[in-house]
Amino acid sequence: MLLPRLARTLFRRPLTDPAPATYPEIVAALVERLDAMARGRLGRSLAIRHVGAASCNGCELEINALSGVVHDLERFGLRFVASPRHADVLLVTGPCGRNMNEALLRTHAAMPDPKWVVAVGDCAVDGGVFQGSDAVEPGGVGRLLPVDLLIPGCPPSPTLLLEGLLALLEAEVTAAPPPPPLRPVEPTMESWAEPRRDGPVPEDGPG
Amino acid sequence: MNGPATRLIQSGTRRSPIRWRMDEAGWTALPAALRQEPELEFLGLWGEAERVHAAFRHAGGGPPLLATADAAGGRYAALSPARPAAGLFERMAADLWGLRAEGAADSRPWLDHGFWPRHAPLGRNPKPPLGELPQPAFLPAGGEGVHQIPLGPVHGGVTEPGHFRFHVRGETILRLEARLGYAHKGILGLMRGKSPKLAARLAARISGDSTVAHAWAFAAAAEAATGVAPPPRAILLRGVMAELERIANHLNDAGFLCDAAGFAWPHARCGALREVVLRAADSAFGHRLMMDRVVPGGVSIDIAPSGPDAILAALAAVVAELPPLRRAIDGHAGLQDRLAGSGALAPALAAGFAAGGFVGRASGRDFDARRDLPYAPYDRLGFTVPLRQAGDVAARLQVRLDEMAESLAMVAALLARLEPGETLLPLPARPGEGLGLVEGFRGEVMCWMALDEQGLIRAVFPRDPSWLHWPLLEAAVQGGAMADFPLCERSFNASCSGVDL
Repeated sequence: MLLPRLARTLFRRPLTDPAPATYPEIVAALVERLDAMARGRLGRSLAIRHVGAASCNGCELEINALSGVVHDLERFGLRFVASPRHADVLLVTGPCGRNMNEALLRTHAAMPDPKWVVAVGDCAVDGGVFQGSDAVEPGGVGRLLPVDLLIPGCPPSPTLLLEGLLALLEAEVTAAPPPPPLRPVEPTMESWAEPRRDGPVPEDGPG
Repeated sequence: MNGPATRLIQSGTRRSPIRWRMDEAGWTALPAALRQEPELEFLGLWGEAERVHAAFRHAGGGPPLLATADAAGGRYAALSPARPAAGLFERMAADLWGLRAEGAADSRPWLDHGFWPRHAPLGRNPKPPLGELPQPAFLPAGGEGVHQIPLGPVHGGVTEPGHFRFHVRGETILRLEARLGYAHKGILGLMRGKSPKLAARLAARISGDSTVAHAWAFAAAAEAATGVAPPPRAILLRGVMAELERIANHLNDAGFLCDAAGFAWPHARCGALREVVLRAADSAFGHRLMMDRVVPGGVSIDIAPSGPDAILAALAAVVAELPPLRRAIDGHAGLQDRLAGSGALAPALAAGFAAGGFVGRASGRDFDARRDLPYAPYDRLGFTVPLRQAGDVAARLQVRLDEMAESLAMVAALLARLEPGETLLPLPARPGEGLGLVEGFRGEVMCWMALDEQGLIRAVFPRDPSWLHWPLLEAAVQGGAMADFPLCERSFNASCSGVDL
């Protein structure tokens, strides 16, 4: 039943949209933001973690559409990961409801450096229609986290989201590679046996 | 056929065609009367400063019935002992308006997690913040070898924030409790004092996947309050948008449900089809999700000249793909093994909670607002309402696939009836109150609104169907396997944002 249909897809034109173009000025601005130590570390692959900070779930629908066959995020080396420990990019949607502050900050803190923060949707950019509510953090995600890229829209279309994420990738690739790290001197067996000399030497107490 | 509770409510002062104001003694007697009239379904409860409202409807038919009472000193008699579905609403009313439900089954905080600058922000006298709350207490489960699994508010996938606390023994879920409120953004407070036209942008963002349904229910309430009848062309276009929204969401969830069971092919196909539908919506109405298109007085944008053809082409693609998709889903033994029997919701529970939409209809509750509370344009459309009795994940999926087929035919019928004409009328600034009830993809979305002398919103409450689905999800997974929880959750797909407000 299923096999003939699967076989047919082998001979069909792919359903996937062509890749959208990235804007050189956005890429250049992102390169500037790259920390010198972070340059080139992430390479041409980014792992993405999403946090919905009190969004209406409109942005989530469009972000989920990125993983589908039409937009096929993974062909660019971008993928969603379940754990913040594995993530390079934090996608934040929603106006940052106060009830989500702690979860948002802890997710960001759990991500290893270097990391990007992307505010997705009008709410995350500046509060959107929820500006003025007591229950949201005034001013969007930027008040809580250092935001590297804003993707406005209510919600932004998958194509717009893809443009933004590809700009991040481009920035990673065009930035100069990092200076090679200093090679640490490996301790020998003898040095392990010797007492440590670099630490503070304990003084003899009175008596 | 009126039972004791209906008679009690209607013995109050009639404040509108569907709302009665009861005195304190009348409201206090309401829980006992409700117990004697189980067929009076509970739809929702909300507050105002020092006032409480509740909505009901007869299971046999007829329009909703609203009861209001003064909550003197911020207290009123709880309805949750007679209608368990009222429990979450009572906790919400305590946090937002400072109204205490006396005798309530549960009085733990719900929306207020202790981070707001004021407690009871919508009450007459907002109170100082609760401050940092202790770790939330969850309902316990006893026995040997029981352990807890906390899940959320940040989940593994791209989803809304919500916390789930499981008590499990081995692989078996003994108890699930959802703790929500993470998506609270103060929508009711923002709507208050605004004109319906301005507040419609907020109504469209109560739950993004139901933006058309919420905007329509909100617009219907505003139109009922001001006595405006939207133009016929606008009504037909609303119907087109609502059905496109239903088709897109059913496709999306059917795909994700199969994916949660490890069957990726339907997910890919449904995702591609959903994209086709959303692109047609974009070319017809200028927005993929059709946000801000339904507004009080009509629709904000007429359909593009090429819109009908784009929509019909998209529908043809879905119609062509639906039968092979169903054959693949129905004929896949491994998938059916996961779906059949999982997350079964007993018909008695679905009826007791007045579960709307596919959740109710998969458990034998034969209710669809489009048919049973007919409103234009559905009153002149022929369609069948699919029904199943099993109440499991498979039944909910079948109901949704059946509904999609009906919606596909409905959109074509609505487009064929389009006549040139106006699409938007201005709303007069005048006092009034109204109720809107619209069948969204999850179930019936209800919106009640009261306007003051200047025609600005004095009080409003949009009720998402998820209010009644969340407690039912907790019941449906009980005794099931932990590994089946993603399936059950997807098959309910209750909205966090819709109930967190």
